[in-house]
Amino acid sequence: MADMKSINVVIDRKQVSVAPGSTILDAAQSIGIDIPTLCYMRLHNTEYKCQPASCRICVVEVEGRRNLCPACATPVMEGMVIKTSSMRVLSARRMIVELMISDHPNDCLTCTKSGACELQDLARKTGVVDIHLSGKSQSEYEIRENKAIVRDMSKCIMCRRCEQMCSDIQSVHALSGVDRGFESVVGTAFDESLDNTMCVGCGQCVAVCPVGALMEKDDTDQVIKALADTDMTVVFQTAPATRVAIGEEFGLEPGTDVTGKLVTSLKDLGADYVFDTDFAADLTIMEEGTELIDRLNKFLNGEKTALPLLTSCCPGWVNFYESNYPDMLDLPSTAKSPQGMFGAVAKNYFAEKLNIDRKKMFVVSVMPCTAKKIEADREELKEDGNPDVDVVLTTREVARLIKLANIDFVNLPDGDYDSPLGESTGAAVIFGVTGGVLEAALRTVYEVLEKKTLPRVEFEAVRGFDGLKVATVTIVGQDINVAVAHGLSNARKVMEEIKNGNPRNLHAVEVMACPGGCIGGGGQPYHYGDGDILKARTNATYQIDEAKVIRKSHENPAIKALYEEYYEEPGSEIAHHQLHTRYTYRERY
Amino acid sequence: MAIDSLSKEKFEELGAYIDSLPSKKGELIRVLHRAQGIFGYLPKEVQFFVARKMDVPTSKVYGVVTFYSYFSMIPKGEYNISVCLGTACYVRGAEPVLDEFKKQLGISCNETTADGKFSLNALRCVGACGLAPVVMVGDEVYGRVTKDMVKDILASCLSHN
Repeated sequence: MADMKSINVVIDRKQVSVAPGSTILDAAQSIGIDIPTLCYMRLHNTEYKCQPASCRICVVEVEGRRNLCPACATPVMEGMVIKTSSMRVLSARRMIVELMISDHPNDCLTCTKSGACELQDLARKTGVVDIHLSGKSQSEYEIRENKAIVRDMSKCIMCRRCEQMCSDIQSVHALSGVDRGFESVVGTAFDESLDNTMCVGCGQCVAVCPVGALMEKDDTDQVIKALADTDMTVVFQTAPATRVAIGEEFGLEPGTDVTGKLVTSLKDLGADYVFDTDFAADLTIMEEGTELIDRLNKFLNGEKTALPLLTSCCPGWVNFYESNYPDMLDLPSTAKSPQGMFGAVAKNYFAEKLNIDRKKMFVVSVMPCTAKKIEADREELKEDGNPDVDVVLTTREVARLIKLANIDFVNLPDGDYDSPLGESTGAAVIFGVTGGVLEAALRTVYEVLEKKTLPRVEFEAVRGFDGLKVATVTIVGQDINVAVAHGLSNARKVMEEIKNGNPRNLHAVEVMACPGGCIGGGGQPYHYGDGDILKARTNATYQIDEAKVIRKSHENPAIKALYEEYYEEPGSEIAHHQLHTRYTYRERY
Repeated sequence: MAIDSLSKEKFEELGAYIDSLPSKKGELIRVLHRAQGIFGYLPKEVQFFVARKMDVPTSKVYGVVTFYSYFSMIPKGEYNISVCLGTACYVRGAEPVLDEFKKQLGISCNETTADGKFSLNALRCVGACGLAPVVMVGDEVYGRVTKDMVKDILASCLSHN
C-alpha cells in the first residue's frame, strides 16, 4: 500500500499508510481500531453514505490541533499523529452520550429496539453509568404509525440516516428535517401520516435507524391469536430472501441457508401448513412471462403495445410508480406479486380443496419487507373484505416470535415444505436478489420462444450490485434489451429515460426498491452498515439456485399441475381474475 | 390539496412569478417569500403548489417553512405586531411589553385574534437597538415602548380604520 501517493499517519502509536482522501475513520478501521460512530453510516457495495458529522461521537485528538476532530469527516494529512482514546477524547465522548440520553426517553426495558440499539451499545461502550444532566425532554412527540412503520420521534437522535436513505438512495423524499433548534425533528410534510406522503413503505429508514425511533409495526400478537384459535387453519408462506437472513437473528453467520430450520420452527409454532412464496414466484413467472411474451410478439408483429414491461413484484416499487408516474401505469405487468398470488391461490384453490370457508383460513406471510404489510391491505388483494393475506410478519418479527415460543432455532432439524404449494425451482429463489426476477423470466421466456433448452441458465449480466444494469439478450434473432435497477433513485433514472422516449429501446425493466433487492429489505435483520452481509445473503441465494435440480419456473411440476387442475393456462380468465391486479394514481405530498 | 377558487388569481400570480424566474434552482426561499407576500401566509395548499411547480419535494418545502421564523402557516392579522426580544430590547424590558400584548389581545405568540385584526409574534433584533425596546406594527416602528403604551398602540391601529 505504501507507495509515493499514499499518506502516512500515526494512530494510537501505530503507523499506517492510506490512500489520499481517506478519513481518519477509514485509516483507523484499516488497522482494526474501532472508533465508535453514530450518525455516520456507509453501506459498502451500495451507494449509501450518511456523513453529516453531527453527532461528534467519533471525535479524536490530532496533535497540534486545538479542537477535537470528527474522525468520520476529517481527511488524513501527511504526518498526522492521532489519538483515539486519550483522556480528553474519552471524557468528551462520554459527555456527548450523556447529553444525548439526557434528552432520550430511556425506556430501554420496554423498547423493541433494545439489544439492537446503537445508542444503548454506545452508552455501555463509553461507560455512562449516571446521567449528570437534566432538562426538557423531547418525549412529547406523538407516536405515529401506519400499516408498516411506527415513528416514535421522542427517541430520534437526529442522525438523519433515515432522511439520507429516503432522499438519496430512494429519491422518495418523504422525510425531511423539520423545525429548528430543540424542536427540530425528522418528519413528514405538514406532519402528515406517512400514508399521505410519497412514502413507499420500503422501510429502508427503519433499516438504518440506530435507535427505536423508526420500527416496523409489530403484528406478532395477531399471529399468536390465530395460532391459538382451533377453528382457524393457519397457513404460512416464506419469502425467498428470508431463508438466507433469519439465521443472523440466532447468531448464525450471514448467508447461512436455514430454509429447513425455518420450516420446522413455523411448524413448531403450530402452523397447519407451511408453504413457500417461491412456489408463487414460479407462478408469477408463468403469468408475467406470458404477458412479456404477448407484448413482445405484438411488438415484433408491428402492433402497438406497452413497452418496456415493468416488473410488479416489489410493493415499494409499485407504490413508487403509482404516485410518481400517473401517465405510465400501462407499463407495469398486471401480475400480482408472489405474496399476492400465494394469498389468492391459498384462499381460493387451497381453501376449496380443503373444503373450508376462506374466512376460516388465516394466511401469514414471512417477508423481508415492510411494504408487504401495506400491499396485503390493498383492496385488490381482498375478496368481500376478507384479505388474501391476513398478516405479514417481517423476518425480524418472525425471529421474535420464534424466541417467544422457546424454540431452539439453531439446533432444529430441517423440515420440508408441505405439498402442493411448497415446491419451487431455482428460478424462484433468486427473486430475492436484484436481477433475479428478470433472470428467472428470461430462463422461461427464452425456452418458450426458442422452443429449445437454454445452454446455460445463468444470466451473469443482470447480477451484481451495480445500481443500474443493462443487458441485451438475443431471442429468436431479436435483440431484447433489459434493465435492472435497485434503489429507487436508480429506478427513477430509468423511468425518466423511458418517459423521454426510451432511447435504449428497453423491452423489460426489473425494479426492486431496496439496495441489493429483497435480501436487503427493510424487514431483514439489521446490517449495521456492513455491506458484506448483503453480499453473503446474495451468494447464499445463488447457491440455493445452483443446488436445485429444476431451475426454470415452467418446469415446476406443481405449477403444471395447478394449471391443469385449476387455472387452465397462464393469462386465462380465472388466472386474470385471481392472479392479476390493477394500478391507480395516488396524489400525495 | 384542492385549490380554493377564490384564491385562483393569487395562485396564478404566484405561478407567473415562478415562471418568470430564469432558473428554479436555489430559488425556493425567494419564491416562498413572494408567496407569503401574495397570500399573507403559507398554508399547505400554497406549499404543495410551490413544491410541484418548483419540482422540489414537499417535505423539503415544509422543512424550510418551519425552519425560518419569518414564514408563517397561520394567517396574519390585519395588524401584525412584532415584539423584538433581541438582547438589547430584552434587557430593557421587552418581555413585560410582550406579556401585556398577550394579555390585552388574549392570544399567545404566533396566534391571530378571532376577528382577524391582530396577530402577535416575537422576533430577534430588528436592527434598531438604540430605540430598545422596539415593537413593530406592520412596517411602523415604535421605540422605547413600555407596558403602559400597549393600550395606546392598539387603539391607534383601530383608529386608522
